Amino acid sequence: MTNRVWRRGRWGLALVGVAAVVLTACSPSNSQNVASPHGTQAHRINNLIVPIWGIAIAIGLLVMGGVVFAAIRWRRRPGDDGRPKQIHGNLGLEIAWTLIPAAILIGISVPTISLIFKNDATPTDAMPITVIGKQWWWEFQYPASNGQKPVVVADELHIPTGTNVYLSLTACDSSLPYGVNNGPGCNVIHSFWVPELAGKTDVVPGQTNHMTLHADTPGTFLGQCSQYCGLSHANMRFRVIVQSPSDFDAWLASQRQGPAVSLANAGEAGTLFSTKFQCSNCHTTTNASVSTYGPNLTHLASRTTFASGSFALNRDNLIRWIMNAPGLLPMQSADCRKGPPGTPGVTCVGMPSFTLNTPKGQSVMTHAEAETLATYLLSLK
Amino acid sequence: MAVQEAPPRLPPAPPAEHGGQPAHPPTNTGTTNVKLAIWLFLASDCLFFGAFISAYLLYRGRPQTGPTPQQVYSIPFTSVSSFVLLMSSLTMVLALAAIQRGDLRRLRIWLLATALLGSVFIGGQIFEFTTFAHKGLGLDTNLFGTTFFVLTGFHGAHVTIGILWLLSLWGLATQRRLQPGDAEKVEIAGLYWHFVDVVWIVIFTLVYLIPPTK
Amino acid sequence: MTTATETATPVPVRAPVILRRPTSTTGFWSWFSTVDHKKIGIMYGGTALIFFAIGGIEALLIRLQLAQPNGTVLTASQYNQIFTMHGTTMIFLLGMPLSVAFANYLIPLMIGARDVAFPRLNAFGYWGFVLGGVFLYSSFLLGGAPNGGWFGYTPLTSTPLGLGALPGRGPDFWTVGIVMLGIASTTSAINIIVTVLNMRAPGMTLMRMPVFVWMMLVTFFLTLFAMPIITVAMIMVFFDRNFGTSFFLATKGGDPLLYQNLFWLFGHPEVYILILPGMGIVSEVLPVFSRKPLFGYPVVVFSGIAIGFLGWGVWAHHMFTTGLGPVAVSAFSLSTMLIAIPTGVKIFNWLATVWKGAIKLTTSMLYALGFIAMFTIGGLSGVSLAVVPADTQQHDTYFVVAHFHYVLFGGLVFGLFAGFYYWYPKVFGRMLDERLGKISFWMMLVGFNVTFFPMHLLGIFGMPRRIYTYNNGLGWNTLNLIITCGAFVIALSVLIFFVNLIVSHKRGQIAGNDPWDARTIEWSISSPPPEYNFAEIPEIDSRDDFWHRKYTEDDAGLLVPLPSGGSDTPAATRAAASPGHRIHMPSPSFFPLIAALALPILGYAAVFHSFGWSFALLAVGVLVLVFGVYAWAMEPAAAPEEAH
Repeated sequence: MTNRVWRRGRWGLALVGVAAVVLTACSPSNSQNVASPHGTQAHRINNLIVPIWGIAIAIGLLVMGGVVFAAIRWRRRPGDDGRPKQIHGNLGLEIAWTLIPAAILIGISVPTISLIFKNDATPTDAMPITVIGKQWWWEFQYPASNGQKPVVVADELHIPTGTNVYLSLTACDSSLPYGVNNGPGCNVIHSFWVPELAGKTDVVPGQTNHMTLHADTPGTFLGQCSQYCGLSHANMRFRVIVQSPSDFDAWLASQRQGPAVSLANAGEAGTLFSTKFQCSNCHTTTNASVSTYGPNLTHLASRTTFASGSFALNRDNLIRWIMNAPGLLPMQSADCRKGPPGTPGVTCVGMPSFTLNTPKGQSVMTHAEAETLATYLLSLK
Repeated sequence: MAVQEAPPRLPPAPPAEHGGQPAHPPTNTGTTNVKLAIWLFLASDCLFFGAFISAYLLYRGRPQTGPTPQQVYSIPFTSVSSFVLLMSSLTMVLALAAIQRGDLRRLRIWLLATALLGSVFIGGQIFEFTTFAHKGLGLDTNLFGTTFFVLTGFHGAHVTIGILWLLSLWGLATQRRLQPGDAEKVEIAGLYWHFVDVVWIVIFTLVYLIPPTK
Repeated sequence: MTTATETATPVPVRAPVILRRPTSTTGFWSWFSTVDHKKIGIMYGGTALIFFAIGGIEALLIRLQLAQPNGTVLTASQYNQIFTMHGTTMIFLLGMPLSVAFANYLIPLMIGARDVAFPRLNAFGYWGFVLGGVFLYSSFLLGGAPNGGWFGYTPLTSTPLGLGALPGRGPDFWTVGIVMLGIASTTSAINIIVTVLNMRAPGMTLMRMPVFVWMMLVTFFLTLFAMPIITVAMIMVFFDRNFGTSFFLATKGGDPLLYQNLFWLFGHPEVYILILPGMGIVSEVLPVFSRKPLFGYPVVVFSGIAIGFLGWGVWAHHMFTTGLGPVAVSAFSLSTMLIAIPTGVKIFNWLATVWKGAIKLTTSMLYALGFIAMFTIGGLSGVSLAVVPADTQQHDTYFVVAHFHYVLFGGLVFGLFAGFYYWYPKVFGRMLDERLGKISFWMMLVGFNVTFFPMHLLGIFGMPRRIYTYNNGLGWNTLNLIITCGAFVIALSVLIFFVNLIVSHKRGQIAGNDPWDARTIEWSISSPPPEYNFAEIPEIDSRDDFWHRKYTEDDAGLLVPLPSGGSDTPAATRAAASPGHRIHMPSPSFFPLIAALALPILGYAAVFHSFGWSFALLAVGVLVLVFGVYAWAMEPAAAPEEAH
């Protein structure tokens, strides 16, 4: 009996091995696959859970095997008298199958609790970054240092390899007077998750949560909001771009620069941006160190994607987006052009269409105007 | 519970032949169905108030703008109205004792007295809410206003339902449709009424008397 | 005690009745006035199955949308409404009421009672449930269905309409609808607890009760204590949305996580409210078709009670990623692992029950065995979710979707199906077709696993829940397509089941009293049972009393049939002797329906409170409620004998 159990268990473990191979083999490049860790935290979690899955699969096979075996072995056949021995219980057995699972669970709980504390520990000498969840995009703030101004970017989080990065996550942007909650820029609950680097942490209004990232290798890792946050929750993506420390330093230094083209020198695009279509109500193209209602665009052209990582950054995509963003991603932005953020009675979450539902007294954007704006934005290296 | 069995009403219901609750079919627990049901309801209601009280305690003393409890409470006033409510429990006991004795005249008096005392309490609560509103505390002013008004408001609603229940019994009693055999009906209303009183004692202690630690 | 002279002259009851008291117990209108626990049970079951079909169609729409990347079957807004209503429907309008259906029909029969303790309250609970469901679904026509998820996290749901966190009035309908359904299920809970505690037949001690009754007792205690908590949470959300309160408003110091604590303090016991009835059903089915007693009855009962208690101490395992801190998280991780122990014990006891039995693989038995296997998978993935670091990866992904469908579909629904095939003959007097049953079982088993097993992998590949669309190139396409195919296999299987229900109702083989050679006393009376259930209240001598009237054991523990008639006259024989026409049952009444009608009226008044006309609605609702309640209170439970 014990021999059979052991053989089943071994079979289960073998299956786990196969499953682990399949999981990693299946994983496409550039994915958000839990089973293909590239960060310290994700490695630790993977190393903890894979053997536990092994135990679970073994127990599962044992029970299911038992059910199938019993159903076949003791199936009533024609001619059977249907008079089995009446067994009402067996205290010894019942104590055994209370204590054995308890022992297994104790065995699981020890490394579990140890890793809870390990992954939660605040690292020393870590690089701090603030993450702010908004409907439906992410803002990343690199703090001021050595007298240099902070850097605010959207959708793409750059971090160096081999460095502890300590994230402070919140849904409240205190530099903004209005948000969905109508207070200082507070939003709803989101959850920050880059599966290949670490587990997720919720982003909750009114509190600041923390997590540590530590990436092994350079590369681009996909992340996604994993707490339902309304209409366009599915589109709240982001990417983490892991660079060698020198590449990262160069990137950060370039982000600290002023704009490649100042708004005053942008000609017609400047007028369109700040006056005619009032893009500047929600965006800035001139100051990489401030937070705004929409993503900070000062170095837009240095990014690979835009609109929460939904689209590759290129001229065609950008023109379509500028003209009619809610036609590409669902947003509650029908009223946005009725007034700047905070106007009473104006419900605005997202980017409005400049070609549809244009309020009285405002202009409909032409394709040529959109092209002018796109040219300008793509010059913002 | 030392409650005597009431004599069966006429026509005598065939015992245990009813699927329902009339008369007093023998039950497994010895407690009648109705009484067991009201106890279960009150147990459930405990968690209703428990959740609101927890929210109040959780938020007590958090930094906020607008009036604080110390600025609006008038402990002497609320103590008096709490005392009135407490006295109504006494009259409720007297009403039950009256119907169990078969003294229907005193039953009517004590039922009415209980309802009146309850109404005085509700009047006090309305006065208190109005005063607080004049001092600038509304439902939407701050967390204190939010948690205080919703908690005490739902308690007030419970008391109001209790008053309507007592007045209904009183109305039946004046029409002679509440007989000594119906003592349990008064007892059930009494259990509810005492429960609402006890909840108020808890609220008064936790919400009014114990100051926030901060 | 003094006997006052006043008592001797009863005042005739002047019922303030506008409607004549209904007397008929047959015909169309009798369904609106019935207080018979069996009829109400059938109504609960039928209505819940209609909602099952609606929730299933919603599931198919979800799967069509997700079959391919960048799906265009639904818009984001439609998808969010549909996944919210799928969850809300399956939990509040299928799982809970279907369990109440089984409880309602079977508990009085199993404990030897003629009805539940409060027949009219029972009817009120049913009507509250139906009208609550209709109220929730009416939102599709009246300003948008709920779209905040079945869990309705704040501040997404609690932000006032005008601020635009969520479009539409969905959360208003949702909060008010859940409160209505909560009122309805609290009344059923009180009713059934009182019935079980107070109305057992002589000799039916607690430890002789069928395990089904035990599990239902635990279930309804959980309902009784969980419902007020969700009611409070819903009231707070509604007030935050509509009256400017700040319970969950971070900018005024409120805490959005208070909602999560309240919700899951309800929500986790709710999981056990859903699964315990399934456990109860298989604990009846397995012994009957193995011809062996349940292995370790006391242990199964006590582990059920243990689950009922421990279920209150694990709620925060839904909140491991919210930033509770490592100490709290570790504590809830441990408590969650702890609750796996009584659950595991049950599984092994069921396995030991069928072990060395004389197993008859009826459709009911197949579902019960399927329950053990599928529920085990759900339990094991649950343990992996209790491993907090792993949970931070799997939380809110399709891994969790797989997990709870193994628990609630593989567990509850398989259990309920076992119950349908097992008790249908008792309820309708005819057998469900076994051939159709087996076809639909195997389709269900295959379809279920094809649908839900790949979801584990999707979660590991990083697919979050509640997303209406996903991009190409993430390795999710094939799995999603397979899952959608599996969902349609399940749908076909359910369709065959519905056909079976309808066809067998007319053409099924006549069942007789005891088609399964069963163990519990409901099988001692005719199928369907007479209105009064038992002509004479049976006296119970042992656990599985009916079985022990048919069989005994020899010295080797082998089964020995007793001569027909048994050691004692079975209840059925005695029933035949006294036709039971003198038994006075509670009379039908319209007032429970009228009182319940007030609920949606008041509900609409609340949702549309900002419109002037809502005050008229409020007034009407209060009038209907007052009329219903007073007329109900003044009406005697049973009409006087002379009326017949």
